[in-house]
Amino acid sequence: MTISIRSVEKKFGRYPALNSVDLEIADGELVALLGPSGSGKTTLLRTIAGLEFPDAGQVLFEGQDVTFASAAARRVGFVFQQYALFKHMTVARNIAFGLDVRKGRDKPSKAEIKTRVEDLLKLVELEGLGGRYPSQLSGGQRQRVALSRALAVQPSVLLLDEPFGALDATVRKSLRKELRRVHDATGVTTIFVTHDQEEALELADRVAILNAGRIEQIGTPHEVHDHPATPFVCGFVGEANRFEGTVSGGRFTAGPVVLPAPGAADGPAIAFVRPHDLVLDAAGFAAKVDRVVIQGPLANVDARLPDGRRIEVCAARDDAASFTGEVTLSARRTHVFAA
Amino acid sequence: MTAETISAPRHRPFRRPLFRRRSAIPGFGLTLGVTLTILSLIVLIPLSAVAIKASALSPSEFVAAAFSERAVAAYRLTFGAAFVAAVINGVFGVLTTWALVRYEFPGKAVVNALVDLPFALPTAVAGIALATLYAPNGWVGQYLTPLGIKAAYNPIGVTIALIFIGLPFVVRTLEPVMRDLSADVEEAAASLGAGRFDTILRVILPALGPAWLTGFALAFARGVGEYGSVIFIAGNMPYKSEIAPLLIIIQLEQFEYANAAAIALVMLAVSFLMLLIINAVQAWARRFS
Repeated sequence: MTISIRSVEKKFGRYPALNSVDLEIADGELVALLGPSGSGKTTLLRTIAGLEFPDAGQVLFEGQDVTFASAAARRVGFVFQQYALFKHMTVARNIAFGLDVRKGRDKPSKAEIKTRVEDLLKLVELEGLGGRYPSQLSGGQRQRVALSRALAVQPSVLLLDEPFGALDATVRKSLRKELRRVHDATGVTTIFVTHDQEEALELADRVAILNAGRIEQIGTPHEVHDHPATPFVCGFVGEANRFEGTVSGGRFTAGPVVLPAPGAADGPAIAFVRPHDLVLDAAGFAAKVDRVVIQGPLANVDARLPDGRRIEVCAARDDAASFTGEVTLSARRTHVFAA
Repeated sequence: MTAETISAPRHRPFRRPLFRRRSAIPGFGLTLGVTLTILSLIVLIPLSAVAIKASALSPSEFVAAAFSERAVAAYRLTFGAAFVAAVINGVFGVLTTWALVRYEFPGKAVVNALVDLPFALPTAVAGIALATLYAPNGWVGQYLTPLGIKAAYNPIGVTIALIFIGLPFVVRTLEPVMRDLSADVEEAAASLGAGRFDTILRVILPALGPAWLTGFALAFARGVGEYGSVIFIAGNMPYKSEIAPLLIIIQLEQFEYANAAAIALVMLAVSFLMLLIINAVQAWARRFS
């Protein structure tokens, strides 16, 4: 199912939640909507789902205008942040709900529903738990029930709102892999909302980065990380040291810091340098090392510039010994944006 | 400077308490003690006095007093009308709560206060007002008479009074639960293809079940015990529209204290049994949470 969002706008009172958003999603894609809270990512997801309706613009499924169609008519599977399971129903009844409420000829037989529920329980590795109530499950298990309930109706699109938000770190990691596996097994077009960039970059085929109701950039995880289109994306995705200064003649200067800025226009600018793009270089600018923290194979270095500003450097663990006292650094790669 | 040693506070050796598991929440002994004392003074001792008083009767006298034709008719009316009123309140209470929780409308605060009025109004005032309204020549009664409906001075009148008395119990018990129902759950049902009707029937009402039963039980219990409002609208005809609490008063006025106690004891037993059953049903309805 291809999805097109065309110039969608949505206001809550006077507060614009979505500001002329355009987005094309290909069939079978797994797309992340990434952004800080209040960026409009959940509103966009709910607009795609048919739980929220835009003030202007269009939503198209497979080229068909569904802007004002209900969630049920769009055949979307929606997984809510707090799962929204039916507490008074067993796991099996929860999963079967979407099939149970069908009428007449569309309604599968009892045996068919039972088989479908069993298949789904197997898919999310919850076999044998069909008779439990949601209150008897762990957070991760509830999440899986919510996922299989959404998949039971064979949705054309699977939408997930902060699917791993309420879970602890280990469960989160394993469920991430699980969602990827379920996506690959079913091939259903999937969109999920997250504020966790690691989650988005690891899981998604493409990531759309939202800020203040606009899409700042959409691209593969690699593209948005290595070729950020805007200062916001550069600062939001991945770690980055931020400098405000001026460009002249292909060099960016901010106080003691001098960075290469090939091709950038002269004038005031903002430069970002990823911690791992900073290297020791006798010809570079000076900094004083405060602290070195070893994290697995990496050494994270907290340093300070002569004017007191902090700077982060990420080096290989084996080089940690070189980061003591006064060092000189230069940047292998910078991202420079006109201010 | 001499070395000061700070000794650790000495503890009594830890012992496992006899009756309860160790809990970090203090006050178990105190709260349970106060609870039992109050319950004894206010509920248990007065009620046992009823049993003691009734025990002055021989078994055959007891049966004669407690299960006379007149008394049985009174029980039937009291419990029957209380049940019907609680069922009606159960239906309209849900609708009223729905309107109050889900929608904003002008005058909502007034409606909200009106719901509580039966709590505060002296029941005799309510009884007189209802009797005046529903009497054959009253504001409402005059339109019912041509339809052949008599809504006062008979069991229907009793039921009307009990509906009035019981409504706030259902509404106020349901209100917080309905308010807590998250919109998520309804949206989930809708996204799975359930229509409005299915969503209400399969998702919302079952979630309200336990609270509804509580409200129903409270309204029913209140109806069984109601006296003040009912006697003004009931007509109080023996065998027809005489409620059991009135029968007790009549026995007392005739200085038949033991007979009064016998009737009271039957009411007590039936009420207790019914509340016990309702509690059991409630526990069953809560099995999933």
